[in-house]
Amino acid sequence: MRFAFTDDQLLLQSTVRDFLKKECTPEAVRALWASQTRHDATLWSKLAELGVCGALLPEAQGGMGLDERDLVLLLEETGRAALPEPVVSTAAVGVPLLRDARNHLDEGEGQALRALRLSDAWLPRVAAGDAIVAVGHPANPFVADAGVADLLLLAHGDEVHALERAAATLTHQPANDPARRLFSVAWTPSAATCIASGDAARRLLDAALDRGALACAAQALGVAEQLLDLAVAYAKQREQFGRAIGSFQALQHKLADVKVKLEYARPVVYKAAHSVATQIATRAVDVSHAKLAATEAASFAARIALQVHGAIGYTWEQDLHLWMRRAWSLERDFGDAPFHLDRVSAFVLADGAPIGPGHTFRQPE
Amino acid sequence: MDLSYTPAEQGFRAEARAWLEAHVPKAPLRSFDTAEGAAEHRAWERILQGGGWAMVPWPVEYGGRGANLLQWLIFEEEYYRAGAPRRINQNGIFLLGPTIMEFGTPEQRARFLPKIASSEEVWAQGWSEPNAGSDMAAIQATARIDGDHYVLNGQKTWASRGAFADWLFGLFRTDPASERHKGLTFVLVPLDTQGVTVRPIAQLDGETGFAEVFFDDARVPVANRLGGEHKGWNVAMATAGFERGLMLRSPARFQETARKLVALYRENEASAPGGTREEVVRCWMHAEAYALDTYRTVSRLLGGGKIGFEASLNKIFWSELDVRMHETALRILGHRGDLLPEAPAAQGVGDWLDSYLFSLSGPIYAGTNEIQRNVIAERILGLPRSF
Ligand SMILES: Cc1cc2nc3c(=O)[nH]c(=O)nc-3n(C[C@H](O)[C@H](O)[C@H](O)COP(=O)(O)OP(=O)(O)OC[C@H]3O[C@@H](n4cnc5c(N)ncnc54)[C@H](O)[C@@H]3O)c2cc1C
Repeated sequence: MRFAFTDDQLLLQSTVRDFLKKECTPEAVRALWASQTRHDATLWSKLAELGVCGALLPEAQGGMGLDERDLVLLLEETGRAALPEPVVSTAAVGVPLLRDARNHLDEGEGQALRALRLSDAWLPRVAAGDAIVAVGHPANPFVADAGVADLLLLAHGDEVHALERAAATLTHQPANDPARRLFSVAWTPSAATCIASGDAARRLLDAALDRGALACAAQALGVAEQLLDLAVAYAKQREQFGRAIGSFQALQHKLADVKVKLEYARPVVYKAAHSVATQIATRAVDVSHAKLAATEAASFAARIALQVHGAIGYTWEQDLHLWMRRAWSLERDFGDAPFHLDRVSAFVLADGAPIGPGHTFRQPE
Repeated sequence: MDLSYTPAEQGFRAEARAWLEAHVPKAPLRSFDTAEGAAEHRAWERILQGGGWAMVPWPVEYGGRGANLLQWLIFEEEYYRAGAPRRINQNGIFLLGPTIMEFGTPEQRARFLPKIASSEEVWAQGWSEPNAGSDMAAIQATARIDGDHYVLNGQKTWASRGAFADWLFGLFRTDPASERHKGLTFVLVPLDTQGVTVRPIAQLDGETGFAEVFFDDARVPVANRLGGEHKGWNVAMATAGFERGLMLRSPARFQETARKLVALYRENEASAPGGTREEVVRCWMHAEAYALDTYRTVSRLLGGGKIGFEASLNKIFWSELDVRMHETALRILGHRGDLLPEAPAAQGVGDWLDSYLFSLSGPIYAGTNEIQRNVIAERILGLPRSF
């Protein structure tokens, strides 16, 4: 039992943090809002060079051979930077979906072969930053990042299909966060596009949901921390009544509450990452808990950070809303609060639920 | 990161579980804030010490088991799982003990620690005074040196377990010209010293859970000083860190309350008011979050880290969770939640009301939650002082 990251993990995290601090400034994010694709291909290849895109792939496929315990730290940084690039769609969800699809060889031979060929063809390109994957999951009514994706992985009932973007008709759905790229996708499923069906597909989609929700939770930690940092910095510098507003207890205690919420969401997210990485039986519950805790911390941080800023925080010009909007959208993606609360409730309130002291950790199966 | 228990850790859990199953009293003890209950709890501590389980993480030479903090967490989980009695000497075992280990002389460690571990000597904490509550640096009680003794004068109050304790540790002003936190000294005082008067105070539940202590030219040897002369503030802050940070409220306690809350909800599902279902589940999540955070802290400490100001985050989190769990339980019970145990219709209400009252003190003792928020704002977030 050791609940701590290694120095290597923390080093990779701080490398990504420093990189994004330089490359993904608020000015850069705003510049993307105005662009056609809202995607910066140069930045994306640099992220690939850092290993972010192929983090979850084995080295043989051009990846880093890491698992979710490493990835959450990187995702946290992408949240802190409000990075608009499709890391959740591609690195956290698309890549492992494609990777795992090839393992379902129990399915119809055609599907398995297709999955195998597809992953062999695409995964090294994705890891290298040369291709982007978007995932259409039933938990999300729109497909994030479809417009910049090369490959779409789409659920259709109990099936997973793969098609190139050109084979689908996309309708852009502008959203509250200008950095978001949401699309409705019209397409025609066929035997030739199907890469998994039945149980195999359900397993892939369940795993994709858990990975997506975990990724949102990790990003939300970074978003919450950034919002807190911005609010604290502003509170130290802004003066009213002849003193820094950060000396007013009414604000201090609100900010302290944000810190409490954030720091008690953090270990929940890290545990969920461990559960997903090591396939713990209760990983869905752990992920739901993480998604609730982290996104609620981020939304609360957004609310308090805005209040601390006063009117300046209510302007388009102030950068605060880069993270506020991110906090709001993270709450919705890959299952909203009622959805995740239901999953936790079903576990906790079940007959003979393994709860109480000594039940926090389960051995891997 | 490896969140599975090693075979050795699992073995330790099994050993603790087996011993507790064989020894934990079948019927609950009476409250340790009554004379009879205090005696029962002391007897239980003797049994615990006899089995070598009284102070799991302490060195064997001081009456401990020589285990590490992770094993202590596992033990605590088993302790609460077994429904074992509350620890009457928590001031000694969780607060003073670690402080003596850090600041005590070899003689003091040998003299005090084994008797703390066995609860042969039960301790009270003497910091608060009528005019020094949150503002602890306003302490007025004095200790004047006279040869190789201190002469103590003044008053302490709200000393938990004071009514039935043997010793008190407290802060006294040794430098009469000093102000605030300078010039204070940490002194260990036998409560049967001549000139010491203990006056029990009934708490919200009517029991004498704390006491005022008066000092009237009470003489204690200078050898009872812990840490340096006039250096008591730092010693006390270390104790406060242990109190808020880790030892006083291990997560198992709240996980057990959460488990009972879930059971209570399930028993009363048909009549439970709207909203309580979600509250119950959220309380469970919070108790788990607290446990997870503690495992992280313990891993950090085992890697050589120290407890710092983040102890203030813990204190807020567990105390507010505890209140929330009890409020939810009472809402589920409805009118029955208002009944005392002796009421004929009180069947199945458990001890929620009593422990609700106790939970309400959590946001007050060990530094109020407002003070903790001040600490977070100033020490962790780096905001300017509010006054
Ligand atoms: C059950 C129980 C057990 C206790 N056991 C012990 C014990 O064993 N030994 C011991 O020494 N003491 C003990 N105490 C006392 C406890 O430490 C004090 O009650 C606590 O420090 C608060 O002091 P006070 O009660 O004087 O309240 P006050 O300090 O008068 O505070 C009253 C209110 O004002 C608020 N307040 C005060 N200062 C500030 C500020 N700067 N900013 C914002 N708000 C502020 C407080 O948060 C509180 O809400 C115990 C208390 C309880 C309830």
